[in-house]
Amino acid sequence: MAEPMLQVKNLTKRFGGLTAVNDASFSVEAGSITGLIGPNGAGKTTAFTMISGFTVPSAGEVLYEGRSILGQPPETLAKLGLARTFQIVQPFAGLSVRENIAVGAYLRHPARDAAMAEADRVAALVGLAGEADKSASALTVAGRKRLELARALATGPRLLLLDEVLAGLNPSEIRDIIPVLQKVRAAGVTILMIEHVMQAVMSLCERVVVIAEGKLIAEGAPEQVVREPRVIEAYLGQGAAERLARGESHG
Amino acid sequence: MLLRHPPFALLIGILTVLAGLPLLGLPNTALNFLFFVLVIALAGQGWNLAGGYGGQFSFGHAAFFGVGAYTTAILQVRYGVNAWLGFGAGIALGSFVGFVIGSLSFRAGLRGSYFALVTLAFAEVLRILANAAPITGGAAGILIKLDVAPANFQFASRAVFFWIALALVGAVLILNRMIEQRRFGAYLVAIRENEAAARALGVNVLAVKLQAISLSAAITAAAGALYAQYFLYLDAAIAFGPWISVEALLAAIIGGAGTVLGPLLGAGLLHGLGEITKLAAGRVPGIDLVVYGIVLILVVAFAPRGVIGLFTKGDKGGEPTSHG
Repeated sequence: MAEPMLQVKNLTKRFGGLTAVNDASFSVEAGSITGLIGPNGAGKTTAFTMISGFTVPSAGEVLYEGRSILGQPPETLAKLGLARTFQIVQPFAGLSVRENIAVGAYLRHPARDAAMAEADRVAALVGLAGEADKSASALTVAGRKRLELARALATGPRLLLLDEVLAGLNPSEIRDIIPVLQKVRAAGVTILMIEHVMQAVMSLCERVVVIAEGKLIAEGAPEQVVREPRVIEAYLGQGAAERLARGESHG
Repeated sequence: MLLRHPPFALLIGILTVLAGLPLLGLPNTALNFLFFVLVIALAGQGWNLAGGYGGQFSFGHAAFFGVGAYTTAILQVRYGVNAWLGFGAGIALGSFVGFVIGSLSFRAGLRGSYFALVTLAFAEVLRILANAAPITGGAAGILIKLDVAPANFQFASRAVFFWIALALVGAVLILNRMIEQRRFGAYLVAIRENEAAARALGVNVLAVKLQAISLSAAITAAAGALYAQYFLYLDAAIAFGPWISVEALLAAIIGGAGTVLGPLLGAGLLHGLGEITKLAAGRVPGIDLVVYGIVLILVVAFAPRGVIGLFTKGDKGGEPTSHG
């Protein structure tokens, strides 16, 4: 198999006495959709901010396409093809949807007409074509999530880090956006996604990385991972796996 | 919509109408007033680029105004440099000072009110230095020798000064409009709205801010240099005093920060109303300042996006969304 798109090695981040991410190692294969899951406060977003260059790890290494990207600022990483979305959506409120997306598109299309055309193409891809002229602040939550995705896509990434793009959406909105992510992957973009919506994780991801309290506790295919006692216990508390297993055998 | 993103034809139209004003046979006092409004508008246009579009609220644009003014004056008076060259040097040095102040404060990560305070501090330091240093003439100020000749950037007719000021304001109007339609403008607004999101999209925030503050400072320095040529006298309080920092940002904010026409409209409105009040109220000292204050309160209360914002309700800014 070819070299992984992203390799995270012994990544650690300490905030004073708190170790948010503790010696976590995992990799993301090119062309895959990999899920990064774990209970609240597990350190998923902290890991994202380090991979995307917004914070510097206390220790560890991040390799993107085989090269170390440690210490590179986000804008440089965006040029290298590594884009991210934010868990709390960050639209440019004063701009229209198309202009929001164009800010991303300008990275590879310096001329205005080309950037606007690219913005329209991406808007159509994520299902925002009908709302391109709206002000970004007029969008619904679902629309803002799509916009967040669209802006990142417009930068022409090879690796896309998605931080809970499905959070806050209702089940039908989630059903609508899953095919969008599949289209993105089909277009050759590798995806690493933090996600709590397990329905989406199960249907989208071929691999899942689970972290809890900053540590990697499991990785593998989603169907396997969700059966691992350690994963169940991380979500439901100690002894939960055992109790569930007993409950199952009792019928 | 039309006012927020005026087409070039409208800009040319406005400039043509304004250019005709001196032909109406206005008295010198009226031309004085119009020239002064244009200088404030120009200083405001400079502020608007970094503050209005880029969200970097400077409280010290006097630093650039003063550097532009003093450079022009000192080069002529002390070194015998041609006035036009001095004018160009004033703009260049003003821009450089903008770059330096920007480098120091943006690299230190100063934003919002901290950036405002630091720029204010820089301007005040320059004012105190200018008040003490021999080369600026110290507290006595500096006088440019009266020698009316076009080669000396001195004109007998007030109208010529008016047209030069108008040409500069017009050039910046067009420049502003062009920036709005380019990547630089989109990046500036993105930085204003959300710096972290802009960085994630590949915007080199520091580089864009430095370009903006350098250009912004150049424009405000041009206003200072023009002021020096017109009044032929400077002291530290005129060149570096907080009054011009306030005038520059008020013109832009009252008119509509982050809009092409905002600073011109704001400067005209504020000083126009002040002047009309002075005429109407006769010799009540400070009455124009009262009006000034009332306009400010009204705009802040009822038109938080400036006067232009009143005419473009619902349009949240940015660019017109059609491709043209």
